[in-house]
Amino acid sequence: MPHRAFFAFILPSLVAMILFIALPIASVAVQSLFVQHEKVVVETETCAPFGGCKKETRVDSDATAKLRHDEPLGKFNGFGTYLDRNHLAVGEIKAILASSTGIGNVVTQIYNLPFYKALSFTLTYTFIVTPFAMLLGFCIALGVNTLPPLAKGPVIFFSLLPMIVTPLVGALIVYWMVSTQGIVGATLQNLFNDPTLSLKSSSVLTWLTLLAYGIWHNAPFSFVVFYAGLQTVPDDTLESAMIDGASRWERIRFVIVPHLMPLATFVALVQLMDNFRVFEPIVGFSADANATSLSWSIYNDLHSQVDQLFGSAAATSMLTITGVIILLSPVLVRTWREFNRR
Amino acid sequence: MSERAAFAAKRKREGNMKRSGLLATTALLLAAGIFSAAPAKADCGIEKGSVRILSNDFEALRLIASEAEKCSSATVKVSKNQTTEHKNLQVPALKVNPAQYTVAVIANNSIVPLLNDGLVRPLDDLVAKYGADLQPNQLIKIDGKVMAIAFMGNSQHLFFRKDILEKAGVQPPKSYEDILAAAKAIKEKGLMEHPLAASDKAGWDLAAEFVNMYLGYGGELFKAGSAEPAINNEKGLATLKMMKDLTAYMGPDYMTYSADDIIKTYVAGKTAMMNGWGSLAGSVIDKTKAPAEIAENTVLAAAPTVGGGSVPAAALWWDGFAIAKNISDEDAEASFRAMVHAVRPEVADKNPDIATWLTKDFKPSAGAVGVLATANGGAQPYPMLPYMGLLHTALGSELADFMQGRESAEDALRDTEAAYTAAAREGGYLK
Repeated sequence: MPHRAFFAFILPSLVAMILFIALPIASVAVQSLFVQHEKVVVETETCAPFGGCKKETRVDSDATAKLRHDEPLGKFNGFGTYLDRNHLAVGEIKAILASSTGIGNVVTQIYNLPFYKALSFTLTYTFIVTPFAMLLGFCIALGVNTLPPLAKGPVIFFSLLPMIVTPLVGALIVYWMVSTQGIVGATLQNLFNDPTLSLKSSSVLTWLTLLAYGIWHNAPFSFVVFYAGLQTVPDDTLESAMIDGASRWERIRFVIVPHLMPLATFVALVQLMDNFRVFEPIVGFSADANATSLSWSIYNDLHSQVDQLFGSAAATSMLTITGVIILLSPVLVRTWREFNRR
Repeated sequence: MSERAAFAAKRKREGNMKRSGLLATTALLLAAGIFSAAPAKADCGIEKGSVRILSNDFEALRLIASEAEKCSSATVKVSKNQTTEHKNLQVPALKVNPAQYTVAVIANNSIVPLLNDGLVRPLDDLVAKYGADLQPNQLIKIDGKVMAIAFMGNSQHLFFRKDILEKAGVQPPKSYEDILAAAKAIKEKGLMEHPLAASDKAGWDLAAEFVNMYLGYGGELFKAGSAEPAINNEKGLATLKMMKDLTAYMGPDYMTYSADDIIKTYVAGKTAMMNGWGSLAGSVIDKTKAPAEIAENTVLAAAPTVGGGSVPAAALWWDGFAIAKNISDEDAEASFRAMVHAVRPEVADKNPDIATWLTKDFKPSAGAVGVLATANGGAQPYPMLPYMGLLHTALGSELADFMQGRESAEDALRDTEAAYTAAAREGGYLK
């Protein structure tokens, strides 16, 4: 394809990508460098239904509005927000390392900082859910592929259900099922003969529940892609393998898996990105006491009580984007090499 | 008084005129052979204007909004948006000019961002003209100016099952220490596995529980006259210890129960004592909404005291309304009158069960007993400070580790102060 035609071909999507992806990211990056103006605070008398009148501090809205009018972005803070306790916590980590009493202690103390707590769950979720969901999806695809044609339709539909259900709704349904009054929770209590057993009570159990939910929810995507891939496996190769005496397992190992490898790279790429943004299950499972993720931190900054910390949310967003780039770089590098080899 | 009488007479005249006009229209339509059901128009006396209400979504506020809607006429448009997301909508919606909503229904905490940005208008003129029915304590005054009108009070207070307590042989609890003793007795007698419940869900609920208990210990949340936190002290530690001690008698997943969830377990008969919201009490003691056994045996009382203190350990809340600044005076007047009409004493007297109304001569019903007892016991109001929301957020996320037993109380309080300080720096309250 000549360069001109190629350019004309991708121009619309290029413009859309700049408008709807690049520019918003740039604006978030700029926002993350600013914090709110210092509030002009005054003491005034406040009277309310309970407690009568008393002297309380108030924000002088006119004076603050003037400050904001002069510098609408806020006060420039450089990378201050990135380094503060609620993000990378550089100062706190230095202090922890200086007063360290052993590796275990350092890890516990760092884990206690909100950003690292969120990061550790996010990474665990990403690296456990992605391979297991892909494996499960692949197994389902292999199973469905051997079914008689009549049964395929309904089975495919049911296998896709976890993906069709809205993530938040899916999470809530599972949450109610695993609660102590729910069917799964009550059955578990019966099985283990422990009336205080609750999947929602401890960190470990909450994490396990979230990971299981993640695998259940993400498997259909891998299944669909791998199932489509299975239809393209050349019959000739399979037949010759059979003539050579290859068992079913050997055919999968030496014919099907190599054939689906490029697809697996694609699925891994998408799933890594998706799982790194894990958010809905945490809200759906009310799990924020035990597990938080980077996306949840952004949500918490923007959706807390009455204040919205845009700078803080922007900084976490930029750190998340950085995380996605780091995660994807091995896969991207590999794709690039394969592309060059051809 | 005479001015009021004159006003009432004028209102009546106007109403009569409107009614006769309506009659004529109906007659005309009927004559033309068209059936038309004219909606019942309330007599609010508003000539014209647009009333656009943004409010939270619970039973009492639904009633208020529907009462305000009755003021709509050919020249007065009343619309409403009732959503639990109101706190996130209000600032951007009132910042635009003209504001998207003319009325913001707010509470102690949600009025703060509107005041911070100067998005609501002083109401002194309107109160003088149309506020004859309002009580002095309904007026939220800041620096001498009326900025909002409160119409109902609310707080968390004690709900307990007198039948269970009698079976356990314990007196009705007055303090959290009594509650612990009663819970022990109930559990030992095998009456209930988890006699207590609390809204300890990480986030808003957990922080509210801390604030309640800390105020009960007589603690101050901030250093006087500054935004610096002051919770890492003896009272803070005592607060956390009590919160943790109570969880020994709760279900193992106590960290996932919100204020609505504990009401459900209570109505399901699985809880003997808890601190629930007054605004939800009406449905618990209503035999048509809760099982008779539970409705009949529920006693509503003041929030318990704690640590030998004399005031109930619960923050008092009010719900009220404020009028947007960025709207025309005509809309502001129409909005104010519609809302004053909606919260008139008559509405409160007809619906005594659904809220603790602050209106004139309100006779509290059985459902309002707990909130009133809490207020009369001298409980503190939830602080209306500009940086309170940031502390509430920090408490909600940082105390979870302690409640789960992963961290000491000292560390939890230190973490909370650190998280709050970082947020308050970004918010411009601390240097």
